[in-house]
Amino acid sequence: MTLTLTPEEQAMLAGEHGPAVALSMRIVTEIGRIRGATQLVDIDSVHIDGCIFYGQAGLDYAQKMVELGGRVAVPTTVNVGSVDLIHPTLVLQNTDREKWVAQGGRDLMQAYVDLGCRQTWTCAPYQMDSRPEVGRHIAWAESNAIVFANSVLGARTDRYGDFVDLAAAITGKAPAGGLHLDEHRYGDVVLDCTSLSAETLALDVTYPVLGYLAGAIAGVSNPVFVGLPADVSEDDLKAIGAAAASSGGVALFHVVGRTPEAPTLEVALGPNTDAPVHHITAQRLNAARQELSTARVDRLDAVSLGTPHASVDEIEQAHDAIVDSAPLADGVAFYISTGRSVFAECERRGLIAPLEEWGVTFVLDTCTYVTSILRPGTRAVMTNSGKWAHYAPGNLGIDVVLATLEECVASATTGRITWNRELFT
Amino acid sequence: MSPTIDSVITGTRITSGEATAAVLKLDAPVSFWGGIGPEGTIIDVHHPQHGATVTGRVLVMRTGRGSSSGTYVLAELIRLGLAPAGIILTEPDGIIATGALVAAELYGTQVPIAVVSAGDYDRIEDGESVTITMDGDTAFIASQ
Repeated sequence: MTLTLTPEEQAMLAGEHGPAVALSMRIVTEIGRIRGATQLVDIDSVHIDGCIFYGQAGLDYAQKMVELGGRVAVPTTVNVGSVDLIHPTLVLQNTDREKWVAQGGRDLMQAYVDLGCRQTWTCAPYQMDSRPEVGRHIAWAESNAIVFANSVLGARTDRYGDFVDLAAAITGKAPAGGLHLDEHRYGDVVLDCTSLSAETLALDVTYPVLGYLAGAIAGVSNPVFVGLPADVSEDDLKAIGAAAASSGGVALFHVVGRTPEAPTLEVALGPNTDAPVHHITAQRLNAARQELSTARVDRLDAVSLGTPHASVDEIEQAHDAIVDSAPLADGVAFYISTGRSVFAECERRGLIAPLEEWGVTFVLDTCTYVTSILRPGTRAVMTNSGKWAHYAPGNLGIDVVLATLEECVASATTGRITWNRELFT
Repeated sequence: MSPTIDSVITGTRITSGEATAAVLKLDAPVSFWGGIGPEGTIIDVHHPQHGATVTGRVLVMRTGRGSSSGTYVLAELIRLGLAPAGIILTEPDGIIATGALVAAELYGTQVPIAVVSAGDYDRIEDGESVTITMDGDTAFIASQ
C-alpha cells in the first residue's frame, strides 16, 4: 500500500503553493505513509490543540510557519492556551517557570492568530456556531473535541495531535485513515446500562463516571451504550466523551437511539455482531466514582467546573443552583472555565454578574488544570468533571472529589466536603 | 545465556536517520508527555525504570503511550540534544513519529525510528550497542 497523491497535492508538496504549504504537506504525507493511508481527504475544518506552551519547540514550529508565509486554508479554531488573555493576572507568574510559560504561552497564541485561526481558545469548539455536518471530514485535535465530533455530530476525524493539526489546516488535507473510514466507525464493545435507575440517569455526575468506566473497559475501541435516555443532553454526552478519552483512548462512542450512527444496536455494531457486552451496574458506578475521588480530608479549598468548557446551559444550571444558596464560604475559591463566545452569550442573558458577585471566578481562554491558576496551598478540590478528576491530581498535585453540581455548591457554602458515596442506584 | 542480535534485524522505517548507541530497553511503554522530564530522564513514578536516562540511547519499547502532546516533549528534547539517539518499537506510533519529523524539519537533527516484529523485539537486549540504518522504507538494526 502506498500513498497516492493527486496532481494538485503533488504540486503542493513540490512547493508550488509556497514553502509553508510544502512543509505542511511533507508532515501530512509522512503521517499518512506511517498510518498506511492510500490517499488524502479534503477537510472542512480544523481544531488546533497545539496552543498550550510546553517549550520552545512548539513555539519554533508555529513561528516558522508564520515566517514562511503560512495561512490556514480552512476554518480553524484553537484550543485553550496557557494564559487567559482577557484576565492576564489570573495565571500566576510568581516563579521563573511560571513567567517563562506565561510569556511563551502569549507568543504561541499570537503565532496561531497570525496564521489566520479564529480566536476561540476553547476545548469545546462544538459549542460554537457552524458545527461540522454528519459524514463530513474534519481534522480535529484535543481528545474531547475529537470524540464529541465523531460521536455526537457524526463528523469524521481521526486522532490528530500537536503539529499535525496545523499542517492539516495549512494544506486543507488529512490522511484518509482511521476514523475517516466506515470500517473503523462501528461499535465493538457494548455497555448495557439498562439496570440503572431513572434517578441515576437524571444526575449530571452519572455521565462522567460512565465515561470513565467506558474508557477503562474500551481502551481505544468504540463503545456502544444501551439503555440511556433518548433525550440525554449534549452536555452529558460531552462528559461521557471527555472522561472516556482520559481514562482510555476512546475517539468514538455510540448511544443507541441518540447519536447519529446508532439508530439501533445492529446499525451501531455493523459487522461486529459478536461484540462483548458489559453490564454497567450502580455498584460499578459507585466504585468508579470512589476510585476517582482521592481526597481524604474534610476541608474544601476550591471547586472547579467547566472541563471541558462549560456550555450556556451548564452556566445557567450553576446560576440557578447558586443564586438561592448561602454565601460562598471564606477561603473557598469557585472556578468556572468556559470559552469567550459562551461567556459573551451568558453575559447577554444576565447570568454572569450574579455569579461573580457570589464569588465565582470565570476562567477564559485556558483551563484550571493545564496552567497555574489554583492558589498555592490548595489541597482538595471538588469538580463535576471526570476529565478534571482524572488529570488534576497528577498535573497539580491536589486531591479531588467528583460530585454533582449540587454537592459542589453545598460544600462551597460550608467549606466542608460533603458527598454521598453511594449516590447511584 | 540471554539472546542478542547475532544477525541483522530488518524492520520498517518510520523516520529517517542513522544512529549507533547503547540500548535502553523499557519493561513498559513510557509516555513522553508526563513520563519523560525536560532533562531526558523517566519521571513517571509508576514506571519500572523511573530515573533512567533516555538521552543518547537507542530507546526500545513495545509501543508509544499517552497524550498527543508527547510530540512537543520529544521535539523539545531533540532541540536541546537530550533526546534518544534512535527509537525502536513494535507498532508505528504517530505521536513519536510526529515529534521526530517536526524536529528534523526545524533543527535538522534526525532521530531514526524503526518498527520491528515482536519476535525480533525480544532479541534486542538492554545495554548492548546497536546501529540503526535505513534503506528506502526498510530499517536495519545490527549489533556492534
